[in-house]
Amino acid sequence: MNIIVCVKQVPDTFEVKIDPETKRIVREGVESVINPYDNYAIEEAVRIRERFGGKVTAISMGPPQAEKALREAVAMGVDDTLLLTDREFAGSDTLATSYILSCGIRKLKDFDVIVCGRETLDGSTGQVGPEIAYHLGIPYITYVSKVIDISAGSIHCVRLMEDHYEEVRTKTPVLITVIKEINQPRIPSLKGMLKAKKAVVSMCRCCEMDGEKCNYGQEGSPTRVVDVWTEQMQKDGKKFEGEPEDLAGILFNELKNLGVV
Amino acid sequence: MAMIKISHDKCTLCGTCIKECPFDAIEIKDDKLYINENCTLCGLCVKVCPEGALEKEEKAAPRTDLNHYRGIWFFAESREGKLTPVAFEMLSGALKLKESLGEEVSGVVIGSGTEGFAAELGSRGADKVYIIDDESLAHFQEEAYALAMAGLIEKYLPSIVIAGATMMGRAFIPSVAAMVRTGLTADCTGIDIDPGTRLLLQTRPTFGGNLMARIVCRNHRPQMSTIRPKIFDEAPVSRDSKAEVVNEPFDPSAVKNRVEFCGRQKVENMVDLQESEVIVSGGRGMKEPKNFALIKELADALGGAVGASRAAVDAGWMPYPHQVGQTGKTVKPKIYIACGISGAIQHLAGMQTSDNIIAINKDPEAPIFRVANLGIVGDVFEILPALTRKIKEKNS
Repeated sequence: MNIIVCVKQVPDTFEVKIDPETKRIVREGVESVINPYDNYAIEEAVRIRERFGGKVTAISMGPPQAEKALREAVAMGVDDTLLLTDREFAGSDTLATSYILSCGIRKLKDFDVIVCGRETLDGSTGQVGPEIAYHLGIPYITYVSKVIDISAGSIHCVRLMEDHYEEVRTKTPVLITVIKEINQPRIPSLKGMLKAKKAVVSMCRCCEMDGEKCNYGQEGSPTRVVDVWTEQMQKDGKKFEGEPEDLAGILFNELKNLGVV
Repeated sequence: MAMIKISHDKCTLCGTCIKECPFDAIEIKDDKLYINENCTLCGLCVKVCPEGALEKEEKAAPRTDLNHYRGIWFFAESREGKLTPVAFEMLSGALKLKESLGEEVSGVVIGSGTEGFAAELGSRGADKVYIIDDESLAHFQEEAYALAMAGLIEKYLPSIVIAGATMMGRAFIPSVAAMVRTGLTADCTGIDIDPGTRLLLQTRPTFGGNLMARIVCRNHRPQMSTIRPKIFDEAPVSRDSKAEVVNEPFDPSAVKNRVEFCGRQKVENMVDLQESEVIVSGGRGMKEPKNFALIKELADALGGAVGASRAAVDAGWMPYPHQVGQTGKTVKPKIYIACGISGAIQHLAGMQTSDNIIAINKDPEAPIFRVANLGIVGDVFEILPALTRKIKEKNS
């Protein structure tokens, strides 16, 4: 079974700075990590291989430095990697990003399952997975909490909805997006880390793909960010200390004022 | 939408394309090349054909004249044969845009057994309701719903389409946007019309809520957004008049990637956090799973839902669907009561836009107090029972 896992390298959200001129995020000096949701996707991809056999390839789109994220994926058990990196890709919104990733995935030819995290830490759109599936013309299932079985050209899994879980089945090749509940990502083994150190991350530029250039980068992106600002969330409201009974009284009055008691 | 066109007079049935096709989408039927439903329009066959017999036909929609696109649409989400509150919230958002834009507001209903929906949406202010009612749509499935919606959009050309950023909305609306090749802004917390350009201004938090971004979609239509629940109040029943109803047929055979529904697992006590007006959440400070009973009692007394921090979920005290924060749910209730939650940035990202935040914590320096409107420094194990008792006394 050929399994593909999509990975994104994201800046650590603790230290976000914005260039006031370009409105772009200043990435210099900000530490980069694997998108936390993608760790669950990598783990699940590796588990699918452990259960059903096959090979896991991690794919990413990003600057050359993003190869670090792919190496971390190797340390967790991924067999092969592919980084799509080209200036032409810069400024891609979700539609362009998903198009580029789908072109990269096509280059890998055969695949049975594509695993994505539910969303990224930085953009939090959750749109790229479903849009990749559309570009590839394959079914997809979002918010998967358990993969029950993959066999005979079909996948059987459990997905989370607002207030219940659903068991669903569809054919492969398929794309799934997974939630945290699905597994507990492993800590890379020493052997894995050694393997990651030695791994060669394949780089793929725009000219090596079969896609249409007009669908890449800014040109292929219908949306534009026109303004970015930081919101002052700090409220620093009143703080009370005292006897529990009095404090409960303060809370009671507040809830009464807010109209819920 | 596009297709692969075969010039049968040029085709020599050499089979090159059949071998190269990664999707087994090409076959020979009745001595003729035939492209089956596996085709994903990747175009590889066009490239490899030695005779130039294949062509990718792009049905270029007249995207240049954006003036063809008119009207504000909202997706009227329904579950188990009932419109959801978020449907009325989206209607309210659409009506707000109508004030600036002056264009008609239409609801889109997709499902099975939708009698009465149009009347309800009409009485709350919708001018028109498009209904796609088909047995095959009884259970939500991504591609079927996306095809239904995209088909309507391509036929009637709305200028704006909004939907709730619920699990359902965020699951299928991206496909709709990709199908009609337009932009989509996820999980907005604000929408407005720019008075000069009449463009939809979409505001959304990004980077875990640390940043706000304003996004526009200039040259593609429709302009599409998913909007976080509870941003708008539900549109109230305001009039007797009816919405114009447009029933559209649905062809289930158009769905190539069917997702088969095999059953549902109801989770006990599981409530939709994003729909709750009041959320009482517990964190590491609750110390033991059984102490969540205190949280539950207060939540019940207030008619609210139970939330949990990541620490409490990872410790196994509460199931994952209750988790609020970066790897869980983003909520915006009227009142959020954080009990024994220190307020790691990952938790704040999921709740800091709540209208009112009340924090109860032993540690006066806990970061949660920085985003709280009211902070109580004290022991949750003493304060919660006392508070619940007061509320129960009042209610009885």
